[in-house]
Formats: sequence, C-alpha cells, structure tokens
Amino acid sequence: MSERKITAPANNPESEPFYKAAEEGKFLIRRCTACKKAHWYPRAVCPFCFGETAWEEASGKGVIYSYSPMRRAGYTLAYVTLAEGPTMMTNIVDTDPDSLSIGQAVKLKFVPTDGGPPVPCFTAA
Amino acid sequence: MSINGKAYIAGAYEHPTRKAPDKSVAQLHAECAVGALADAGLRKDDVDGYFCAGDAPGMGPLSMVDYMNLRVKHVDSTDIGGSSYIMAVGHAAEAIAAGKCSVALITLSGRPRSEGVQTGTAARPGNPQIADSPWESHFAPVTTNVYGMVAKRHMHQFGTTSEQLAWIKVAASHHAQWNEHAMLRNVVTVQEVLDSPMVSDPLHRLDCCIISDGGGALVVVKPEIARQLKRPLVKIMGAAEAPKGQMGGDVDLSYCGAAWSGPAAFAEAGVKPADMKYASIYDSFTITVLMQLEDLGFCAKGEGGRFVMDGNLISGVGKLPFNTDGGGLCNNHPANRGGITKVIEAVRQLRGEAHPKVQVPNCDLAVATGIGGLLGSRHGAATVVLGRE
Ligand SMILES: [Zn+2]
Repeated sequence: MSERKITAPANNPESEPFYKAAEEGKFLIRRCTACKKAHWYPRAVCPFCFGETAWEEASGKGVIYSYSPMRRAGYTLAYVTLAEGPTMMTNIVDTDPDSLSIGQAVKLKFVPTDGGPPVPCFTAA
Repeated sequence: MSINGKAYIAGAYEHPTRKAPDKSVAQLHAECAVGALADAGLRKDDVDGYFCAGDAPGMGPLSMVDYMNLRVKHVDSTDIGGSSYIMAVGHAAEAIAAGKCSVALITLSGRPRSEGVQTGTAARPGNPQIADSPWESHFAPVTTNVYGMVAKRHMHQFGTTSEQLAWIKVAASHHAQWNEHAMLRNVVTVQEVLDSPMVSDPLHRLDCCIISDGGGALVVVKPEIARQLKRPLVKIMGAAEAPKGQMGGDVDLSYCGAAWSGPAAFAEAGVKPADMKYASIYDSFTITVLMQLEDLGFCAKGEGGRFVMDGNLISGVGKLPFNTDGGGLCNNHPANRGGITKVIEAVRQLRGEAHPKVQVPNCDLAVATGIGGLLGSRHGAATVVLGRE
C-alpha cells in the first residue's frame, strides 16, 4: 500500500518546544517535577497532580498497545506505550500492517510532514 | 437529592425521514418538537425548558429557542457527542426536580447523509487551540480507526472474535426488518458481516452504523403533569454521565465511561442490570455495544463476546432484547448521534408501543445507554434507567 502523506501538525505555545526539538531529531516528553510521573500528550500542568512539568528527552522505545490499519487509506493508527510509561497516539510506518501485533517492540521514527516539522511515528524495532 | 421518580418522559418522537435534502436542520428540529409534543398531548406554550447539543445550528439554544419562538426559563446544551440526549434526559429530570422548569423539550436533528459527510473515515483538520490536536490530528484519528483500536485491544486481551461482534449486527438486523422506517431492513448473517469490506481492521463495513438524516425529540415533565396526560407513565429512575479520556497517558481501552455512568444510574434507580427487561445500547459500532454490555454489568468484563452470541440480543430469542428498532446499525443514526433514538425506543418498549414482533412482554424496566465522541480517545458515556408505572 502507498503510505499517506502526513499533514503538518497544528502547533500552539505548549507544543512549539516539542516540534522545535523534533526538527533537531530530539523526541521530548514532559515529566512532573512534583510527582515525578511522565505523561502524554505534553502539557504545562501535570494531569496527575496539577504540579509543574518539565521537558526531557525520551528513549523513543515502546511497545504497541493497540492499532487499527486502514489499508485502503494507506496508514495505521496506533497507541504505543513508551518505555518512560505513558501511552501515545501515533502512526506505525514502514511496516506491513499484517505483520503487526499488540505487545510488539517498536522504535521512534520522525516522519516529515507536508510543510511542517516532523512528527513522531513508530516502526518495528 | 435523587431524581428517582421526580420526572417522567411524556412525549417521544422519531422523525420518519432518513434522507432530507429538502429540509433545513432547524426545520427538522422543529418538526421533531411538534411530533413529541403531540405525542405527549402538550402544546408549544407548555414548554418552559429546552435542551439541545452540538447538532443544533447556530448558537445552540439561542438559535433554536428563537426559531421555535419558545418562552423558556431553563436551557442546557452540554455536548458530550451522540450520547448528549441520554444525558439531557437526566439533566432535564434534575432541572424539574429542582423546580427550574416543568416541561422540558429535548431535540436533535441533522443531515449528514444529504451533506455527504464521510462520517467514519474523514480526517478532521488540526486546530491548535484544541488541546489534543497538536499531538494527534496529523495521525488522522478518524471515527472508524479509533473504535477499531478498541476492538483490536479487546480481541487481544479477552479473545473476542469478529464472529462474536458480528452477532450484534445480526441481532439489530433481525429487529430492523419489522421497522418500516429503517434504512437497512435486510436480515444479515454472521458470514455476511465478516464478508463485508474491512474498513478499519478489525471493523468491517457491517460493524459500522449507518449515516442518516433525521432527528428526534423527547418531552420530560414533572409528575403532576405526567399524571394529567393520557400517555402511559414512563418514570425516570436514575441517570448518570461520565466523560473518559486518555487519563494523562494511562490509556486503558479495556473499559469505557459506562463503567462509571452505569453503576451510578442503576444505584440511583435502586435496580440491577439483571432486572432490565430491555436495553437500548448505543451502537455506533458493534464494539460499542460489547463494551457497554460489560461495563454496565450485564456480563463480566471480557465475557461480552460470549454474551452476544447465538441471538442473545434478539427479542423473543435471547435473554437481553436490545435496540428493537434496529438501532444505529440498521435503523437510524440521525446527525451521526444515536442517543435520542435509544431513549425513544426504550419509551416505546415501556409503553408497550414497540412493533408487535419485537415488543418485550410486560416490559416495565429498561435502560438506555450511550457513548458519544470517540470511544478510544475521548468519549462521554451517559446512562438512564426508566420504569413503567
Ligand atoms: Zn504530577
């Protein structure tokens, strides 16, 4: 199947540092300075304790939590659970959807977008 | 304060259209209002509370109250997607119990079929001020693949099969054959569901609800008014709603918000799932029904697949008759929002006014439950327990 062209991400003041880092190949997540827990999607206020949060670079390693290939549209939506803990929505790319399984190890791959910064997708590890 | 017994559903009306290129959305709302008030035996000027949600054009209640020229003292347009109108029944009962209004009108309408909306598969454009959009919109989460991920996970975690999900569509189609207004009246088999094109793995086309124009309306009244009317008494016994999202990244697709709204509604009503003679369960997809059956407590978590097999949801055949109008899977899904038709068919069952081929004998307790929004990312569950007096 031919893969879908990914649109540029919408961007706001909370997400801009993430995409700036993405352009340098760095994958950031946000962690709470109070309860120490990492979360997704990144936000300024901790979704667990309302504490303050800070950026950190993540490993880019994860496992597939669930996925759903749309073969005719040419892409696979997925949730990937990061090694750091949180589960994020993403696309699985460069991988035959028939070969995927829940629990499978995957690794980060930044994919270029149509006129915007790259976005964090995943591919078979 | 409980709402149990504080309000009654006196009027219910489902618009017969399934394709309305010649009508406006506001017009459909008003036609549904006319129908529900006539069903109740009430007049326009009796209405003193109005409830709508995101499908109402313009500025919700302001636009619609003006269009219908209502004089109301209580309005509510809380939107939790397609389950909003199940929640609105509870909110109307709360407003009536608090003395804020006496005759509450709830309307829904829309024309996604005439407008050619690719409801299930069209990607939504990114919007930087919607909190999740900078992180998700470019991955093209559409309706079918977000629900598909829930089904995939359920299969992985509990061994649920596509055949089991297909039984839900089969049951709905058995009911739809008797509904002259239903969009799909053909009885289908498990095999036909499995043979239909894969839309978003593991969901086939026949695992998905239809896209229809139309609408519906409900009239909720205080007990003193209900007793003066000539309609059977349908009492609101319990209601609850529950939004559920990704929980900061602790994503858990094994249960939905009905695990919170269901027990709360049953507790308020003082009844158990096993007491229900009939269940209206929002069927945007087959998996939506399975999740709610488990989370409402009709079976244990993970047992939904076995529960729905062999016609267990077919009226006159199985233990739990569901969606006897044919549901969103076969009958009607007006405005891409199936909440109001769930309540309407529950009211028909409790009044003994369902089609004779699907009417549940002595139906005195029923539940209507729904999931609005996207089951696998951010959704709103709403549950209402109803009883015939
Ligand atoms: Zn925290």
